[in-house]
Amino acid sequence: MELLAFGDTGWGDELFRATLMTIAVSITAMLIGFSFAAIFTPLKLSKFKSLNLIANIYTTVIRGVPELLVIYLFFFGGSGAIMFVASMFGYNEYIEINAFVTGSFAIGIISGAYSTEVFRGAIQSIDKGQFEAAKVLGFSKLKQFYKIILPQMLRLAIPNLSNVWQITLKDTSLISVTGLVEIMRQSYIAAGSTRDPLFFYSFAAVLYLLLTFLSMKLINKLEVKYSRGY
Amino acid sequence: MIDSIPKLLNAAIVTLKLLSVSLIVGLFIGLLFAILRLNKNIFINKFAYGYSYVFRGTPLLVQIFIIYFGLGQIESLRSSFLWVILKEPYWCAIIAFALNTGAYTSEILRSAFQTIKPGIIEAGQSLGISNKIIFYKIQIPIAIRQSLPAYGNEIILMMKGTSLASTVTLMDLTGVAKYIISTTFKPIEVFIVAGGIYLFMTFIIHNVIKYLEKKYSFN
Repeated sequence: MELLAFGDTGWGDELFRATLMTIAVSITAMLIGFSFAAIFTPLKLSKFKSLNLIANIYTTVIRGVPELLVIYLFFFGGSGAIMFVASMFGYNEYIEINAFVTGSFAIGIISGAYSTEVFRGAIQSIDKGQFEAAKVLGFSKLKQFYKIILPQMLRLAIPNLSNVWQITLKDTSLISVTGLVEIMRQSYIAAGSTRDPLFFYSFAAVLYLLLTFLSMKLINKLEVKYSRGY
Repeated sequence: MIDSIPKLLNAAIVTLKLLSVSLIVGLFIGLLFAILRLNKNIFINKFAYGYSYVFRGTPLLVQIFIIYFGLGQIESLRSSFLWVILKEPYWCAIIAFALNTGAYTSEILRSAFQTIKPGIIEAGQSLGISNKIIFYKIQIPIAIRQSLPAYGNEIILMMKGTSLASTVTLMDLTGVAKYIISTTFKPIEVFIVAGGIYLFMTFIIHNVIKYLEKKYSFN
């Protein structure tokens, strides 16, 4: 137990901070994913074949390629790409992007592909009459979406989004390869310096289980809230 | 870019080997735990549920690290015959993958068993077929057909999961890709080739499953 003590003697406070980091990366990645989904879901549902194609390439490539490979692409290619863009604006210094940004973006893009599919499915399963009714009521396009489609879409999407959240949360463990100190990286450091990998990795597993368990409880509450009236 | 292709193709064979061995072992584990889940004994039932909950609720990376780095710490294990297997990163990765995919497979098969209409089993019973034969000849084939689409997804997820073997020193497709990227600093080119190979494998798996679904469809 002294291994988990807070302060200089144990790894308790480090692991606590690492857990907060995992939560922070997961939430950031999820939000980045939502913004990608906000772009690609309309493209998927668009009438234009070429726009469909762009969105399909995004979701197919991301869902068919290992997460780790995407992370390596961002880790090794990220600062190069930014420096290339910066050099076009006449800035030639070396730019290093922070591991948190690289990691959240890499995981965010992956999470976005799954979210896009979830939102597409949710919109498609809304009854057609709802769209027509919204139109007949004379709502503007924006109002149609916010007042009628979005609330119904969320209700349908939440159960599947909770899966996306689980995947995203677990994927953040892969960012440890870039050196960002989240649960996995911290356990690696602790295991290395105490020579007790079995304990620290098992503890990491417990932390992840706790996170998935607690977030499931929260999401179930949301689900109840959004399915009022059904 | 061109000269990285043969190296990456060779590495893809390692990926395929890891994938196929873990899938076969995982399928047996999954079937076993799906049957345990349907058991009426509450302890057996809870044990099977606990297994799938733990393996589905933690990242695969943690599972590999516990097996590869963690188990070596147990003295009695190091002196036992199991050490021959557990000292090899290859077998550790396969054990982790098989246990992981086994957990998901058990859930897929369990829900497939549960969707079988009771009438089908009753029909078997009224024909005087023994319970054992009903299980092997009626329930299992129907469950396999029911779970094909979900299992196809699981195969693809597992294929992506094998990339984690590179974290325990195995040179699979992702491992070799990372090595080439870090020596040549050409992340985008290597990503296109390696990603392309992964996508090709996904494409093949997807179509094989689709073909099987069609072949074994009920109508």
